[in-house]
Amino acid sequence: MKKEKLKKWQELPIGGLILDMGNSSETQTGDWNPNRLVWHDDTCTHCLLCWINCPDASIKVKDSKMIGIDDYHCKVCGICVEVCPTKPKSLEIISEEVA
Amino acid sequence: MVSFKLKDIATREEPFAQGHKMCPGCGVAITVRQIMASFEEPVVIANATGCLEICSGTFPFSSWRVPWIHSAFPNAASTIAGLESMYRAKVRRGEIPKERKIKFLAFGGDGGTYDIGFQALSGAMERGHNIVYVCLDNEGYMNTGGQRSSATPSGARTTTSEVGKVLQGKQQFRKDLTRIMAAHNIPYAAQAAPSKWLDLMKKAYRAFEVNGPAFINVLCHCPTGWHTDPTRGLEFVQRAVDSCFWPLYEVESGVVRITYKPRKKIPVVEWLKDQGRFKHLLRPENEELLESIQVEVDRIWNQLLKDAGEEM
Amino acid sequence: MEKGTLEEKKSKRRVSLTGDDAIAEAMRQINPHVVAAYPITPSTQVVESFARFVADGLVDTEFVATESEHSAMSACVGAAAGGGRVMTVTGSQGLAYMFEVLGVTSGLRLPMVMAIANRALNSPLNIHGDHSDTMAMRDMGWIHLYSENGQEAYDNTIQAFRIAENPNVRTPVLVAIDGFQTSHMVETLTVEPDNLVKRFIGEYIASYPMLDIDNPVLYGAADRPDYYMEHKRSQLVGMINAPEVIQQVGQEYGALTGRYYGLVEEYRMEDAEHAIVVMSATAGSVKDVIDQLREEGVTAGLLKVRAFRPFPAEEVAKSLSRTKSVAVLDRCGTGGAQGGPLFLEVRAALYEEKSPPQVINYIYGLGGRDLPLRHIKDVYLRLREIARTGERGKLVDFLNLRE
Repeated sequence: MKKEKLKKWQELPIGGLILDMGNSSETQTGDWNPNRLVWHDDTCTHCLLCWINCPDASIKVKDSKMIGIDDYHCKVCGICVEVCPTKPKSLEIISEEVA
Repeated sequence: MVSFKLKDIATREEPFAQGHKMCPGCGVAITVRQIMASFEEPVVIANATGCLEICSGTFPFSSWRVPWIHSAFPNAASTIAGLESMYRAKVRRGEIPKERKIKFLAFGGDGGTYDIGFQALSGAMERGHNIVYVCLDNEGYMNTGGQRSSATPSGARTTTSEVGKVLQGKQQFRKDLTRIMAAHNIPYAAQAAPSKWLDLMKKAYRAFEVNGPAFINVLCHCPTGWHTDPTRGLEFVQRAVDSCFWPLYEVESGVVRITYKPRKKIPVVEWLKDQGRFKHLLRPENEELLESIQVEVDRIWNQLLKDAGEEM
Repeated sequence: MEKGTLEEKKSKRRVSLTGDDAIAEAMRQINPHVVAAYPITPSTQVVESFARFVADGLVDTEFVATESEHSAMSACVGAAAGGGRVMTVTGSQGLAYMFEVLGVTSGLRLPMVMAIANRALNSPLNIHGDHSDTMAMRDMGWIHLYSENGQEAYDNTIQAFRIAENPNVRTPVLVAIDGFQTSHMVETLTVEPDNLVKRFIGEYIASYPMLDIDNPVLYGAADRPDYYMEHKRSQLVGMINAPEVIQQVGQEYGALTGRYYGLVEEYRMEDAEHAIVVMSATAGSVKDVIDQLREEGVTAGLLKVRAFRPFPAEEVAKSLSRTKSVAVLDRCGTGGAQGGPLFLEVRAALYEEKSPPQVINYIYGLGGRDLPLRHIKDVYLRLREIARTGERGKLVDFLNLRE
């Protein structure tokens, strides 16, 4: 995780405001779970059910197609695996040892 | 009508950014993403104190790409009402062009909505502000370790409705907040669940479309507080829906419409089982308690069917 | 410094108004974007009169009649964050009910003005005047201005916006009047022309308006221990800059209207040996007593504190250092402290003096209890006695209490 330098009080915006909106995306949450999520693009139908149900916006989409997993943020909750309609599933959790 | 095709929606920038600190598999985070994906116009958000607020706005990190404010626990409704009033004042004075439409959205958990924020919510609804209030109901004060709220279901074990020699979890039935909000005769009130994302998104869209206050109550699974498998969160929420413990419906201008009717209504025990907080209810000595929960769920569901003019 | 035009001087109005209506009249002229309030005695008349202005289209304010004071202050927070002028009115239980949100307002550095008709706190329930309500929130990060009469209430309300909105201050301001004594007393006062008030308060440009949706910001972040102290220190900047701004605004206002304001007001203090320190309406009674006593040869004086927060310690010390004995009159109980809140401040302010005067404390006027002039006179006579004998006697006592 990126270690931020703590600011002095004189350097803070008025009223405790945060001006850099969306900057939490610079912080890593992908390291919370030692397991990993993998995507099988050969079976994926790009229905994007994983995208709409992902709590962490970690399904990468480009031109309306899934292009991969945002490992830096994915907490490997496995919701996407549950909602994936393909058989076999196009998303899979791989345990730490295998990964 | 806007497109709800995922292929169209998934092209937009995420207003609720990655890197928020919600638990893995959090139902609130899923719901927020689905709500935020249901509309496009500019929005301003007020957030009550709670999981979502802490996990998306702890200095110096913001998980929001839209204007967002947190003030305190009980006052998301009155805070957003103030913002909406300022908008109207500025439009009237020509300081904001009237073509510049802004949506006003409030998020609160069940603690901040059913309980401590109830009065502020009721007041804001009665005054007719053009706002949408979304209750992220995970059936307890989950941000502080899982204490009971008036949304906690009967029989649930929480840290303030314990299971012991004398008591078997929460003794009271939950408050029916969606109906209470509908009774304010606001233009739109609805109940939804993230397991039915399209239904949820359409409701959010409609809530913004009506002129005046709208309320949506969303059942959000909480793996941490429910003591459930994070992977299966949406399945649990769907069981609540299919058992008619959490019916999906909307009330628009007084007309009740059930938006999803389970093909086969499952027994309540199917919703309760596999959740750590209800484990004790499955013991033989609690059979009567379990039965009373089923009776209450049926009673409320039958009333809803009647109100919607549907067959029992 | 800018002066009022001849035209404006001619269109000043002398009118008879209650203290509440004096504030409402200022509000009409200020024409805030949003007023969110909940009625509470004895400030209800402010809200009622303002509601009439709204109904008659005399203002284009969004008037939000909330279901509680908690929501009133919360709506003010939302509205102020939106980026415009905001005002509310309350007192007593209403102020206590707002308490949680008062610190949010100052912590977020949202300029707004709150008029208060000071009133006692439960229990027992009492709708009459004392300062327990605002004293209970004296450290919530708000600037406190206390008004002696309807004229000052009117003047302070107008100046409060300039103070709160000053870029170096950006801190909420409360303007207090004594419940009933001022709020319901009809006095003749000068109302300035609308355009003069408008020009004086000017346009307000918010720092980070939330309604500027193209430049989104996050208000009200949570802090871990790693930032909370830095944010609280940063918040203090507004309070530190406030005294200079309060004085500067008071001078500018004086140049325009002929009524000048500072942090404190002295009355016959030039040669005073015995002084009373007090706030709000009682200052008027004290002035009358001083005039009497001066004729009897008692060198009495008054130091009226207008700005209680930030506390003008230097001015207080300077003014009182020349005296021999001082009585601080607190319209608020001690709550177990060494004295009333004003007394504690005054005494601390004098600590650095080489030969400070003797300072005693009186609690008076709780729950609307009268303070007849003879009691004030007795205070001066005791002060003279203390100065003569060097015997201070009781440090904290009550005035006009049956015992």
